[in-house]
Amino acid sequence: MLELRNLNKRFGALQVTRDVSVSVSATTCHALIGPNGAGKTTLIHQISGVLQPDSGEIMLDGRNLLPLSMDQRAQAGLSRTFQITSVLPSFSVLENVAIAVQAKSGSSMRFLRRAARETALNARAMEILTRIDLVDRAHMRAGDLSHGELRLVELALALAGEPKLLLLDEPMAGLGQRESARLIDFLGSLKGHIPMLLVEHDMDAIFKLSDSVSVLVDGAVVATGTPQQIREDPITRAAYLGEDTV
Amino acid sequence: MDRAFTTGLAIFALLLIAPMALELMGAGYLSGLLIKAMLLAIAAISLNLLIAHGGMVSLGHAAFVAVGAYAAAIALESGIENILVLLAITLAVTAAVALVTGALALRTSGVYFLMITLAFGQMIFFTLSSLAAYGGDDGLTLWSLATLWGSDVVQNGSGLYFVILATMIAAWWGVHRISEARFGRVLRAARDNPQRTAIMGYNVKRYQLVAYVIAAMIAGVSGLLTMQHAEFVSPALAAWQRSGDLIVVVVLGGLSSRNGAILGAFFIVLAEEILSQFLHEWRLLYGPLLVVMVLYAKGGLSDLLSRPAKA
Amino acid sequence: MSLTLFLILVLNGIQYGILLFLIAAGLTLVFGVMGFINLAHGVQYMVGAYLVFAFYSMTGSFGLAMVLSLVTALAFGLFLEFFIFRHLYERSHLDQVLATFGIIIFLNELAKVVFGPTTLSIDPPEFLSGSVQLTEQLRYPVYRFATIIAGLVVAAALFAIVSYTRVGMLIRAGATSPEIVSALGVNIKRLFMIVFGVGAMLAGLAGVIAAPIFAIEPGMGDNILIVAFVVIITGGIGSIGGAFVAALLVGLIDTLGRSLSVELLSAVFSPSVANQIGPALASMLIYVLMAAILIFRPKGLLPARGVA
Repeated sequence: MLELRNLNKRFGALQVTRDVSVSVSATTCHALIGPNGAGKTTLIHQISGVLQPDSGEIMLDGRNLLPLSMDQRAQAGLSRTFQITSVLPSFSVLENVAIAVQAKSGSSMRFLRRAARETALNARAMEILTRIDLVDRAHMRAGDLSHGELRLVELALALAGEPKLLLLDEPMAGLGQRESARLIDFLGSLKGHIPMLLVEHDMDAIFKLSDSVSVLVDGAVVATGTPQQIREDPITRAAYLGEDTV
Repeated sequence: MDRAFTTGLAIFALLLIAPMALELMGAGYLSGLLIKAMLLAIAAISLNLLIAHGGMVSLGHAAFVAVGAYAAAIALESGIENILVLLAITLAVTAAVALVTGALALRTSGVYFLMITLAFGQMIFFTLSSLAAYGGDDGLTLWSLATLWGSDVVQNGSGLYFVILATMIAAWWGVHRISEARFGRVLRAARDNPQRTAIMGYNVKRYQLVAYVIAAMIAGVSGLLTMQHAEFVSPALAAWQRSGDLIVVVVLGGLSSRNGAILGAFFIVLAEEILSQFLHEWRLLYGPLLVVMVLYAKGGLSDLLSRPAKA
Repeated sequence: MSLTLFLILVLNGIQYGILLFLIAAGLTLVFGVMGFINLAHGVQYMVGAYLVFAFYSMTGSFGLAMVLSLVTALAFGLFLEFFIFRHLYERSHLDQVLATFGIIIFLNELAKVVFGPTTLSIDPPEFLSGSVQLTEQLRYPVYRFATIIAGLVVAAALFAIVSYTRVGMLIRAGATSPEIVSALGVNIKRLFMIVFGVGAMLAGLAGVIAAPIFAIEPGMGDNILIVAFVVIITGGIGSIGGAFVAALLVGLIDTLGRSLSVELLSAVFSPSVANQIGPALASMLIYVLMAAILIFRPKGLLPARGVA
């Protein structure tokens, strides 16, 4: 589903992405791990269109994403969450999701009908909120939610557009034990239905969710394999020396 | 029917009977003041769409009022008398100018957007000043005005007051509908978080450009009616201080309110009129008033008028 | 166009540019370091001009008047900073535009009330009057020449301070990363006050210098303020070097443009038409420049990169 081939990017003298090639097939969850500063978020930015790689290819379902802008990639079926929560603070949670649904439900160059009353959009939004168990927050202003709840909203926004591929940038960031477990369960339910590229530090999540793992160090992929293989891989252990043990 | 809607209706009802009531009180000349306020309100309503809903602060919006006024004036001088045709011309010309300047301006954002809209406003000001055939710096006095298929009902002393009132109501209603529709929602989402909105799948710049053009067209209509009322157009309509005045009106009235632009416009016009009766140098009060307002009364007039319920 | 006339125009353009630099320097630092849009910077310029007029009338000595004006301008700038602007640094640009707009309105009216609405003028000081013979055909007013020299000296001093002193380093750092400077424990309030005060004084100096050349009238700061914004955008926000280059560029383009445009247009249109359209189109030139910079090189000609 997603093919990254020989991606390269540098900022001035700093090479942040070195000849990266990653593959995510249509039914799997592929994890991307690595120490801080390895270039994981930068890679997600390049796939989603926030940054442009210097060279290489990005293919989604056989389609070249590079000439497409951020919004065009979303329309092509790509969806992502942000490491630092990025929602629409002045709207309610329901409206946040409804707006995300709206993006894929026909033209938004409509000037007369009240959008908040479109039952189809609201129903679909409610459906998503029900699945992630956020219904009781539906009418709260997004800006007033707790951090944990906002991570869920991030996910809801990413799912709203019925994406072909989900890019998850540290969805568990800043969550407590219980909230993390809840999120892992939910992502587990998505497994097999939607292909995912998961960037995470939480090893528990990696083990429970991913079918394969790529290890990124200093912008380059140093190892690829199943979670079990990666856990035993000496290069990866060395890279993580002093950090969370694999 | 929410509070804001009824407040709006109340204002319109008052304005509807005002000319007659004023005439009875022997103060018929005050209708002119109300017209001035309404013309300002129409332009302010359009800027409100940009600032409050779009998060786009333009310091060159008054230029579109001027473009509208001049487009109509030049057409009138060329022999086109029918106000409906003039309206079409005004809309077309302002839309064209807005499309070009907006597309360029929207390549920037934030304070750079502020500056580039200022630059375009100045360019328009100087262009209008250079139109020697139409009065240049001094402006152009119109010897004949627009008519509605020959009838002078759309002129001063006849129905112009009501035409302007109807236009203001239409603008008020229109901008509100737009803001509640899918388009407006995307615009506000982009104001909140442009990157998130783009990631959702929206071409943010396109929506902002459309908003910019719509706002410009409404401002242009204000210009057309200003020409019709004042029987005069001048490049001063595009001065950057006028753009600043428009921002004051919008913020003073209250950005989050549906009636903010109208309240702000009437307040400014009436305050200026009243203050200037007492104190020739009323700006000595007006200036500090603005500063105090910014420092202490963030929500503007409508916030002050309707605490705690938001209008 | 004769060479002499051209040279005079170039000198005038440089002189106008120097003036713009003095105003823009303060503006770019205030905006770059504090993120504060100060529309009222133009009135600092006006205040400088009126102050020198007042003090000159009172004391009869231009030098003394200049010193008094600068001190007063500095005090006035600090006064505004302390009581009003300080509260606006954290606010949105919209709020800053509005508040400073209010100050412009107030001060323009105050000038009208105190000094009257008509244009005032003062003569250049005795020792700077007359003209200097630059070439066989070219005579140039001493005063204008002196302002160019003075402006260059100030520019050099400013550049030296910003590049080589500790305060200057903090200012440069503040222009690129204000949060870091604050996190380093530097008294950010005092830094801001210094930046603001110096900026106000420079604008006041520009006003003092301009007083014998241009007309002194209420609102004189408004239009030059806009040009100053063109300068700082073109040069790069927060960059002194950028402001200098851009100011000279703008000064030359504007001055030369106004005269040459009529000449060039005369080739196509009739002289009377050219005379009317020319200046207006020339006035547009600098805005076209700014729009072009914003679109093609938004960081400006010499962006602040920790280097002034």
